[in-house]
Amino acid sequence: MSSIVCRDISVTYPPQKAPSLKEWALRRGNRAKPFQALTDVNLTIEPGEAFGIVGGNGAGKSTLLRVIAGIIPPTRGEVITRGVLAPIIELGTGFDGELSGRENIFFNGSLLGRSRAFMRRCVEEIIDFSGLTEFIDAPLRTYSTGMVARLAFAVATTIDAEIVLLDEVLAVGDASFYDRCEERIRRFHQTGATIVFVSHDLVSVRELCTRAVWIDHGRVVTIGDANEVADAYEKRMHALPAPAVATV
Amino acid sequence: MSIALERDERVVHRYFAGQKTRFLQEWREILQSGHLLYNLVHRDLTVRYKRSILGALWTLLHPLLLTGILVIVFSHIFRFDIEHYEIYLLSGLLPWTFFAQTTVSSMAATAWNGPLMKRVRVPKSIFTLSTTISGLINLAISYLPLVGIMVINGIKFKPAMLFLPVSVAILAVFTFGLSLMLSTISIYFVDVREMFAVALTALMYLTPIIWPLKIVPPRFQQIIQANPLYYFVEMVRIPLHAGIIPSAKLLTVAIVMALASFLFGWLTFRRMSRGFYPHL
Ligand SMILES: Nc1ncnc2c1ncn2[C@@H]1O[C@H](COP(=O)(O)OP(=O)(O)OP(=O)(O)O)[C@@H](O)[C@H]1O
Ligand SMILES: [Mg+2]
Repeated sequence: MSSIVCRDISVTYPPQKAPSLKEWALRRGNRAKPFQALTDVNLTIEPGEAFGIVGGNGAGKSTLLRVIAGIIPPTRGEVITRGVLAPIIELGTGFDGELSGRENIFFNGSLLGRSRAFMRRCVEEIIDFSGLTEFIDAPLRTYSTGMVARLAFAVATTIDAEIVLLDEVLAVGDASFYDRCEERIRRFHQTGATIVFVSHDLVSVRELCTRAVWIDHGRVVTIGDANEVADAYEKRMHALPAPAVATV
Repeated sequence: MSIALERDERVVHRYFAGQKTRFLQEWREILQSGHLLYNLVHRDLTVRYKRSILGALWTLLHPLLLTGILVIVFSHIFRFDIEHYEIYLLSGLLPWTFFAQTTVSSMAATAWNGPLMKRVRVPKSIFTLSTTISGLINLAISYLPLVGIMVINGIKFKPAMLFLPVSVAILAVFTFGLSLMLSTISIYFVDVREMFAVALTALMYLTPIIWPLKIVPPRFQQIIQANPLYYFVEMVRIPLHAGIIPSAKLLTVAIVMALASFLFGWLTFRRMSRGFYPHL
């Protein structure tokens, strides 16, 4: 049984935000066109795979992760996932800046349906793996970007999430953390958990992923062996003088 | 969305174009997110006072201080002809405060948890529900000072006072429905929050909380009674202040309005919540 199946996924973002009732009423007539962020994406990912997603800025990679996580409903097509999904781990803020790192571990656990008792048993392992012992009782808003990423990764991989979605986070961890992540990802492979992994760092895609997909302007360009996809993508990137950014 | 265990015992989710948010499904997901709900309520109750000196004592002090001020102003300066004015005031003020705080905080909680909803799939009405639950807990705590005042005033216990939880439950359903509607709409249109805050202030003075209905000339009383909050405040106040069970007419109006609020809240949520993402 595949752990993630995407069938003919298309996603269209609505024309524009209407931040207030007033503006909405005033602009009814002349609104911009909707934006198609993904077009007919088909993917099948097996349990135990580390699957890479590469592509330029604005290609639709983060959108695809969110469709898989059930956060953005697809405009067309369907997604089926099997296994407990961890929250998407991405750059930027953690869940609650006011809560301490430790409290955020419990909060994160509850998002995965884990009880406080369960979390108490593995909280030490999480803190240990994240390497944040000194800061664990400080509020999350005082953490650096890399520290938040460490914590989120540690939680998701310690408490048996079966599908972990990573959006460009390994790049902000330092070398020692990267090594530990690498080890975890290999362990995941053995236990049959799945990692989907968006990265601009082709070296880590080659090193960590079994397969990969290249997405451009919301469409799948190539899908297959991680090395081959990385090669093809690299060749295209260097052929162009400046990387293309999808126009909104 | 459809969660079922297959032979390999993994949770299965299926999301497809045109999928509807179903009522039972949403509640099942909320039940499955029990730990999250607990954490949200816990966070509401603790973070609120985290950086304050007196901490949770504020929940007790706030109604007392407010009542103190209002009692000084209204029983010594304006003088309404009401027996036990402070009990009249507090027993109406508490349900009002619950209503006002829950509606406003639900909108804030749903918006603040935007970053959360961008990273993980959660039943989106859970933020309104957790805000309502923590509002109820705060309400229960703030009844303690009122009970104290009643004891000091030598009010005798009457069995009708036990009707209070029923009244509060009806009010809670009404508040939850309206909060769900408001927090859904305010994700799309942020200015709804400001507009509602203004409306609340006006409504507070138009509802007989501080003043008794009988000071209004009879021909205007009907206008006051067109305000839904009048029924809810009365229904929650009467068991404690008058020591009687609210009349059947009052209860019927309140129950019908509570169910209508719940229904419209849910319909709004069902229609609009799937499009939240680009607006978070
Ligand atoms: N909320 C939104 N409303 C409208 N358009 C959006 C929204 N979010 C993303 N988009 C558009 O969808 C496209 C894909 O965005 P997405 O975030 O998936 O790109 P990405 O591949 O992750 O890019 P990057 O490598 O820069 O992270 C972009 O062109 C963006 O402008
Ligand atoms: Mg992205």
